[in-house]
Parts: sequence; C-alpha cells; structure tokens
Amino acid sequence: MTRYLRYLVPLAIFFILVAFLYRGLSLDPKRVPSPLVGKPMPEFTLPRLKDPAATLSDSDLRGKVSVLNIWATWCVSCRAEHSVLLQLARESTVDIYGLNYKDERTPALQWLQQLGDPYVANAFDADGRTGIDWGVYGAPETFIMDKQGIVRHKHIGPLSVDDLNNTILPLIAELQATP
Amino acid sequence: MIPELGNFALILALCLAVVLATVPMIGSLNNTPGWVALARPAALGQFTFLLISFACLVNAFLVNDFSVLYVAQHGNTQLPLIYKISAVWGAHEGSLLLWALILGTWTVAVSLFSRKLPAEVLARVLSVMGMVSIGFLCFMLFTSNPFERIYPAPLEGGDLNPLLQDFGLAIHPPMLYMGYVGLSVAFSFAIAALIGGKLDAAWARWSRPWTLIAWVFLTIGITLGSWWAYYELGWGGWWFWDPVENASFMPWLVATALIHSLAVTEKRGAFKRWTVLLALLAFSLSLLGTFLVRSGVLTSVHSFAADPARGLFILVFLCIVIGGSLMLYAWRAPDVSSGGKFDMFCRETLLLGNNVLLVVITAFILLGTLAPLIYEAMGWGKISVGFPWFTAMFVIFTPFLVILMGMGPLARWKKQHPGDLARQLRMALLVSIGGGVLLALPLFHGGSIWVGLAVALSLWIVSSLVLSLRQRFRYRKGLAGILKDFGARGSGSYYGMVIAHLGVAFFIIGVTLVTQFDVEQDIRMSPGQTVELAGHTFRFEGARAVKGPNYRADQGTIRVFNQDGQEVAILRPEKRTYTVQTRPMTEAGIDAGFMRDIYVSLGETLGNGDWSLRLYYKPFVRWIWLGGLLIGLGGLLAAVDRRYRMATERKTVATPSATEQLATGSRSG
Repeated sequence: MTRYLRYLVPLAIFFILVAFLYRGLSLDPKRVPSPLVGKPMPEFTLPRLKDPAATLSDSDLRGKVSVLNIWATWCVSCRAEHSVLLQLARESTVDIYGLNYKDERTPALQWLQQLGDPYVANAFDADGRTGIDWGVYGAPETFIMDKQGIVRHKHIGPLSVDDLNNTILPLIAELQATP
Repeated sequence: MIPELGNFALILALCLAVVLATVPMIGSLNNTPGWVALARPAALGQFTFLLISFACLVNAFLVNDFSVLYVAQHGNTQLPLIYKISAVWGAHEGSLLLWALILGTWTVAVSLFSRKLPAEVLARVLSVMGMVSIGFLCFMLFTSNPFERIYPAPLEGGDLNPLLQDFGLAIHPPMLYMGYVGLSVAFSFAIAALIGGKLDAAWARWSRPWTLIAWVFLTIGITLGSWWAYYELGWGGWWFWDPVENASFMPWLVATALIHSLAVTEKRGAFKRWTVLLALLAFSLSLLGTFLVRSGVLTSVHSFAADPARGLFILVFLCIVIGGSLMLYAWRAPDVSSGGKFDMFCRETLLLGNNVLLVVITAFILLGTLAPLIYEAMGWGKISVGFPWFTAMFVIFTPFLVILMGMGPLARWKKQHPGDLARQLRMALLVSIGGGVLLALPLFHGGSIWVGLAVALSLWIVSSLVLSLRQRFRYRKGLAGILKDFGARGSGSYYGMVIAHLGVAFFIIGVTLVTQFDVEQDIRMSPGQTVELAGHTFRFEGARAVKGPNYRADQGTIRVFNQDGQEVAILRPEKRTYTVQTRPMTEAGIDAGFMRDIYVSLGETLGNGDWSLRLYYKPFVRWIWLGGLLIGLGGLLAAVDRRYRMATERKTVATPSATEQLATGSRSG
C-alpha cells in the first residue's frame, strides 16, 4: 500500500494548490486595507482651489458626515468617476469635499466648470503632502467620515453606480442616522 | 460577415477537437483501426478551421472593423501595419486564439512528422492534445470570444497598449506560446504511454525531439521578453520576478530537467517514472501560468483584464487536466519497471542531482510567487516577495547545479570511479579556482567575492567542456575526423549540449557583472552640460519635439565621449505620448556593446530646456541574452540530431514487437 501512496504525493500537492487558487479567486490582490479606517482623520490645512487666500482644514469636515474625494485632472479614471460624484451630490445631503491632488489650478478649475462641481469645497494639494498623510497612492480614492471625524470607509479607484447604491449611500444614511 | 465566419470556424474547430479527443482514443482502446485512423484528418481539420478563424481576426484588424468589440478595444486606424497584426495577440481574447492556433499547429506537426509511430500511439497522443484543445476552445467561446460584436460601432479604436507597440513584443508572445504549448506534446506522449502502460526507451526517443523544440522556443521567448523589458521599460532592468515572468520560468526549469531526464531514459532506460512525472509537470506549470495571468489572483504588470468567471473556468480546467493526469500517474506509475541499474556514483546520479535541484528551485519560485496569495488566504495579512528572496535562492542553488554540470558530460554511464573523474577534472578545478580567486582579489574593480564565484563557476563549465571535447576528439583522427564527427549520429545532441552549457557560462558572467558593477545616475541636465559616469563623458545637447506615425515625442540627444575625448555614441532617448492612449512611454537610447551597454532614458522636462535624465553604464549585460541564445541554439542542434530520424526508422523495422507492445499494452498492463 505504501508503495502506491508515494505516487499520490504529486496529486495531493496539486489539490492543496487548487484550494489556495480557489480561495484566491474571491480575494482581490489590489485591495490594500487602509490603516486609517476606524481612526480619526489626519489633520490638514490647505489653500482652497477656487480661492487660494482661504483655507480648508479637517475641522471643516467635522461635526457631520463627510466625504473626501481625491482627484486630479491628469487622472483618467477620475473623469469616469465624476458623473457618479454628481449623482451622489444630487441624491444625498452629504457634504462632498475634494482633495485636488498633485494638480494645477487652472485645468482643475476648468474641469469643474466643464464637468460640473459636486464639491462643497476643494483643498489644493499641489505637492501631495496631505495625500501622503491620508495614505493616497493613486487617484481617485474616496473616504467617508462619521460625525466624530472617524474614517469609516475607504474606496480605492473610481466609484461606480453600483458602489454608490450598494455601499456608499447606505453607509452615509446609516452614519447620518446615528448621533 | 467575416467575423461571423471566424466565429463559425472556431465552433467547427471545437467540434473537430471533440471528435479528435474521443474517437481515436476509444478506437485505440478497443482496437478499431477505422476509428484510430480518424486522428490525422481530425487534427488537420481542426488546424484548418483555427487558421481560418485566426485569419478572420487578423482581417478585422487590418480593415479596422470596430464593430468587433476586441478590435474596437485594441485596434486603431493609425496603427502601423505590423502592430495591427500583433494587436491580434495583444490582449486576452486574441492571445487565446493564438494559443489555440499554436496548439492546432503542434497537433498537425505531430501527426505529420510521426509517421513512424505505431498508429495506436499516435492516435492517443493526438487525442490527448485534442482534449487540451477542447478546454481552450470552450474557454474562448464561452467566456472570451474575440469575435463578439458591439453596436453601435465606434468610429475609432481604443488602440494597442503603447508598451506592446514594439517589434520585440510583437514576436515575444508567439515564441513563448510555441514553448508553452509545445510542452503539451511531451505531456500527451506521457499520457499516451501511461495509458498504454509501457514507458520505455522508444517512448523517450519519440518525445525527446519534440520536448527539445518546445524548450528551444521557450528559451528564446523568455530571452526576448527579458531583452524587451530592458530596452522598453526605461530603467535598465532585465528581470523582475514578476508572477508572469515566474510563470514562464517555472515550466522552463522543469522542461530543462525533463530534457536531461529524457536523455537518461532514452540511453539507459532509467528514471522512467521520474521522467514521465516531469513531462506532466512541465505542461501543468505552463497551464498554471495561464491561470495566474488571466484570473487576476495575483497582481502583475502583465495581467490581462481579470474576470472571476474566467478564473473559475481555468481552475476547473486545471483540475481536469492536471488532476486527471496526476491521478493517471498515481494509478499507472507503480507498475512501471524501474529500468537500468546503476551505481551510486555515475552520470545517471549526477543528472538526477541536477534534476532534483531544478525541481527544488522551481518549487521555491512557485512558493515565492504564490506567497502573497497563500498569506492572504490564510488570513496572515499582506506580504510581498521580491528580489531578495529569489536572488538568495539562486545564489544558494546555482553553484551546486553548475558543479554537477561540469562533472556530468565527463562521467560515465552506469559506473564511475570517483577518483578517475577527479583526476580527469583536476585541471578544470585548478583553472576555475585560480581564475575565481584572481578576480576576487582587489586588483579588478576593487574586488568582489561574487564576481570571483561567478568567474570560477563559468570557468568550471568552460574548462570541463574543453576536457570533454578533448576526450571526444582523441578517437577522431585529425581535423578530417573531427569534421566528420560533426555530421555523425548523436553529434547534434553532444555539440548542442556543449553550446548550451557554454551559454550558461555566459549567462552567469553577464548576470553577476551587471548586478555587481552597473553604475547609474539620476541627474538634471541643461543643454550643453556634461557629466562623468564610469569613465565616459555624457553631454546633453537638449531635447526637441518629433512626431511618429501615431505618437508625439520629445527626443533628447546625448553625446557620449570616452576618456580620450573621442565620441563613442550619439544617443537619442525619447519620451513618447501616443495619440489615443496618452500614457507616457520611454524609449531608451542604448549604445550596445559586447563588453558594456551605455543606456540613457529621458525623464521629465524641468523647464528652460532642462531635463531629468537617467544614465546607466551596464557592463556585460549583453552576455545575459547571448547566453540565452546559445542555450536555445544548443537545444536546436540537439533536436535536429540525425539519430532521431534514423533511430525511429530502424526501431519500427527491426523490432515491431516492442512498439506494438507499447500500443496494446493497455490490456496487459
């Protein structure tokens, strides 16, 4: 019997491998869990996009449920995402803030004029320092904060209508309902 | 209309694959010559329809038929002709069609060039290839149809990924696929032999040339890929240990073990079970590679659009093909006789040693590649496995592999007195240790122990080859005798071995010197400014805008002077922006040389005509690909050895009983 068992070893190894590969199918290798989720949002103070003299800081986002969207005009997926953000602005009472990330002011303002402006206000992060604090490694990314300023959700990549309906809107409604 | 014809041809090819996979196999099992005879025409028919289908897709790209989704995504009217054709295999669906076409080609090739094979054996081999083909054709038709239409058709296509608009990458995938798919021949021979229950020297002799040819394609394909990455990605790297690269390297390693093991089985009748297992593993690993590339379970720079449904399909397919074949192995292998007896120390054991090392290296690469997946599946978090792991592994195992490589060709089959071999090799040992120590001393570039080791290992290979050649020539009289020997039976494999092993020596030197001594500098340069690097003076002459067929580019001009102030090269690196996919691409300026490359890539414009530049000096980097090409050339020489043609003829005429047994062994085994 042991004589035969030996020849089953390759098959056994293969099945262990298959188990991992099967599990792998339902995992997303690009998903990097944000250490920020569950923690207070990072502090920042940046000039506003439309009015460089005024500033936008984390305190503006506190005391209510808020959304921070990281975007840039050089980012092609941000353009794809933009209509979803406009929909979010229409369908929800939530304040959407933008972090204009490593961008230039003129094209960014043109972008908002042409495509529509879903944001309450935009912070202008030219050198990307604030982006680093938020753990941004590519635009677009979207964060949702609760009334205490705790980061509750991070979405990497462009938001789709499905993401909006299945995840973002229910979460916002839930957070807005809790005191 | 034509795309529908292509789709229809694909469906017909699938129907013929089903015929090919079933009828001849059943016929061979219950001895029905009429059914067995169907194998050849079915293989030819399948190939014909695949060719038609492929031609239809090529046509769709040539005429810019953007009503075909795949063409709309990856074609463009502005694409130069050659890239319109290579765009066919530039993404998932089309590259699958190429896969299937190549599999069809191999199947026809086997049916045409194995006329000496007993009909039953040939029928089984072709049937197994037909089964593999079913899997791929179903995969294509049900999840990834390249002929899918869209309505309304866009006016312009999404263009081929600019990275792929390059000659090296136009021919790299077909080469690689020829290798991957070619391993299916060795696989099918192994399955046929397992079903027949008789693995013998004849089986090894039949599958050896096929395996060698597939291995040659794989070698050349990997070498091309590495060369392409070097000049196209703009940072002078030539290997990244990316999952997809590993996916091509693992089958190569196992196939390397397989061709050595097949030699033992052919010549000595030993290692049969081991050889057959390697044949199964080599193709299994190339299928696994397909899964890794196309399912999205791992992140890779090469990944195709990931789709879980596709992933699941391939996984089920893997289970059937690999699981089924390993099950057959577990069932049949115990009954295979162990074959020729040999001593503890002889050429057989040395080759076994090299086999084990190659398989161990493969296992480590597999582990390294899948580690991120295993970690996440086990809930241990994220991990990334990179250069240190893989490099350490190679530094540990390569020396042993090379030591065995030097001894193998000189050792005798069956019985070798260790003292005799040591006496034969003492000169080689002296030369390599001497050379290694000399170069490890601080005389040369400040001295490096790694360079010393690499030189010692390479000298060991070269000097033991010289000794082996001397031994061979001793019995050939004069120059005429030696020249006559080149054409003799068995010479192809011998000289092929010499050239391939020489290639390994070149490769080791290239890899070590370029990793130890390459110099690079990131620098901001104004027009007219000069900078010194590795004994050369680089003068930046500024950059200007140029226009290509489907891109705009900034082209820098850098003049390179040597220490005497003579101009060595004018380099023109480019920073391209393609019209459709606006991702910036770098095109490095390279002055290639046997002993060194000078490599410049253009970074960002910094205003006032200033640019950031990356300058590299890469000693001996060409030796890496030269080594790869020599290895491939050696394999080619071995594959065309006259012995295979003559031996198969003689075998079938002289001992029909042996081959008949192989064919009908299913009932006796």
